[in-house]
Amino acid sequence: MTAILSLAWKSLMNRKGSVILTLVAVALSVGLFLGVEKARTGAREGFGSTISGTDLIVGAPTGSVNLLLYSVFRMGNATAEISWPTYQQIAARPDVDWAVPISLGDSHRGFRVMGTQAAYFDHYKHGRGQALELAKGERFDDLFDAVIGADVARDLGYDIGSPLVLSHGLGAANLDGGHGNRPFRVTGILAPTGTPVDRTVHVSLEAITAIHVGWETGAKNPLADTIDEQMIRSFDLTPKSVTAIFLGLERKGTILTTRRAINTNKGEPLMAIIPGEALAELWTVTALAERALMAVSVFVIAVGLVSILTSILTSLNERRREMSILRAVGARPGHIFSLLVLEAGLVGFLGAVAGIALIHAILLFAGPVVAARYGVSLAGTGPGLTDLYTLLAVTSAALLIGMAPAWAAFRRSLADGLSVKV
Amino acid sequence: MTDPAIQIEGLRFAWKGGAPVLDVPSFTLARGERLFLRGASGSGKSTLLGVIAGVLQAEAGRVRVLGEDLTALSGAARDRMRADHLGVIFQMFNLVPYLSVIGNVTLPLKFSARRRQAVAGPPEDEARRLLGRLGLTDASLLERRVSDLSVGQQQRVAAARAVIGGPEIVIADEPTSALDSDARDRFITLLSEETARTGAALLFVSHDASLASLFDRAVDMAEINRQGASA
Repeated sequence: MTAILSLAWKSLMNRKGSVILTLVAVALSVGLFLGVEKARTGAREGFGSTISGTDLIVGAPTGSVNLLLYSVFRMGNATAEISWPTYQQIAARPDVDWAVPISLGDSHRGFRVMGTQAAYFDHYKHGRGQALELAKGERFDDLFDAVIGADVARDLGYDIGSPLVLSHGLGAANLDGGHGNRPFRVTGILAPTGTPVDRTVHVSLEAITAIHVGWETGAKNPLADTIDEQMIRSFDLTPKSVTAIFLGLERKGTILTTRRAINTNKGEPLMAIIPGEALAELWTVTALAERALMAVSVFVIAVGLVSILTSILTSLNERRREMSILRAVGARPGHIFSLLVLEAGLVGFLGAVAGIALIHAILLFAGPVVAARYGVSLAGTGPGLTDLYTLLAVTSAALLIGMAPAWAAFRRSLADGLSVKV
Repeated sequence: MTDPAIQIEGLRFAWKGGAPVLDVPSFTLARGERLFLRGASGSGKSTLLGVIAGVLQAEAGRVRVLGEDLTALSGAARDRMRADHLGVIFQMFNLVPYLSVIGNVTLPLKFSARRRQAVAGPPEDEARRLLGRLGLTDASLLERRVSDLSVGQQQRVAAARAVIGGPEIVIADEPTSALDSDARDRFITLLSEETARTGAALLFVSHDASLASLFDRAVDMAEINRQGASA
């Protein structure tokens, strides 16, 4: 077999031009397939690692995926708010260990602003239970302090002490004058987490109330700017409502009963979700699109493999003399068959190796950009089991496909005799 | 008594669905004999060689090679017989273009354990020794691809490939048809010397009757094949 493998290799080297083109086709198809797969798993891992250690998320009744998306991933908007007394009632439940309210709705130059309590930095966990860490500065203490995510600091060039002004609503534009009359100051910059936290501006709940003084009707009161900061600080800034509540339970075993109790709350209608369950539901929604994308990638690989078949089949006629020489010097039909199957296998193997190398080279350079822009972590994963399985699958498929031209050559080698008239 | 190198009795062969090509009542090549088989184009020479080499299977009759009846052997056994006992030279030498000179000469050893074992030492050394005897001694030339060689050099590579590992029979199918008369005579002398040295029988096939004097015996295809020119 070693002799045949060596012959197959030399034969391929003799047809470098067409072989390289075929290799490129296979490499690109494998690269595309792995790129899609890595983006898919990267997105899943990114989503999956965004929140951990939070047992329940409570919000106004909506879809569980919607509640998860707006409260954790800052995607979309809440349909309604939870009143402050209801938050206090939930936080006071005996089965609740901790409760962190969040308030969403404003933005700063395209980044979402989240009002919360200092306890958020203690209880919010990501990845495998990793806590948020400050890369610089400290948590918000004063009313107009802000703690910004790593991406916010990097993209906007902010540092400790940088001033920032929030916009009302989610637009980057400063509609209705925004909250320009209530500037904030950066007091802390969080270390990167690879989650939406990196793209969030964190302020206190009281700050959210403070900047909305004069906005009680939903639009800015013309007299709002006449209320100075000193006066605002003297107001009771306890929020009237919050967008959602992150809950940690005393005992994990009560999660279902606590959820049921919240979902059947007699006063204000509420919805409690388990983050993992909502994520699973989200995957069922996206699974169809993922499957379609994977199917397209698999078809692209199939096209790459067909190029191997085409390349070998088209060379068969001009190689009949070569086959008859091999037969004359003692090669059996099985040797001819093996030679062509191995050629196909070698092209498949080398194409797959090139494709894997290509995608990892791309990820090495483009991964940080993708992670920064889309929050999907692709870089640093390195070759893994998926790459190995792809390599094995493509090589096996190439060997299998190689059997078609090999069979044709096998039949011809029996029929052609020692001297071929071509 | 030693079996002849080749002994044919009552051989008949036709391509599938075609008219008979060979009808050979009797043909013999003794061991060590140098036989010239001449015949016009289409007289069935190449087909006969295919049957003797075991690549084509006779419809009827017996084809004994070194005492083994090829018609009674399986395809795999005929392949093994060819690999172990036959050296073949083609018209235009038909070397494998992507192999080096050494790679071409040692090629038969990759398919025959018997011929590999018959070579004392590494196959490459034996190839160099044979090529050296045939006048190809330039070490850099031996590592080059055969397509870079002149026709005369390719002749010698083909001869070395046919005799490496000491096959008992060397079959040459019109190997000199593209050569001028000087080159042709030199090649035949070279091949005769090599087969004589290894004791191999030589079956040399050509349409050029003028070569007959260079061999021990000459036979015309028309004499042994009753299908003759109709093939």
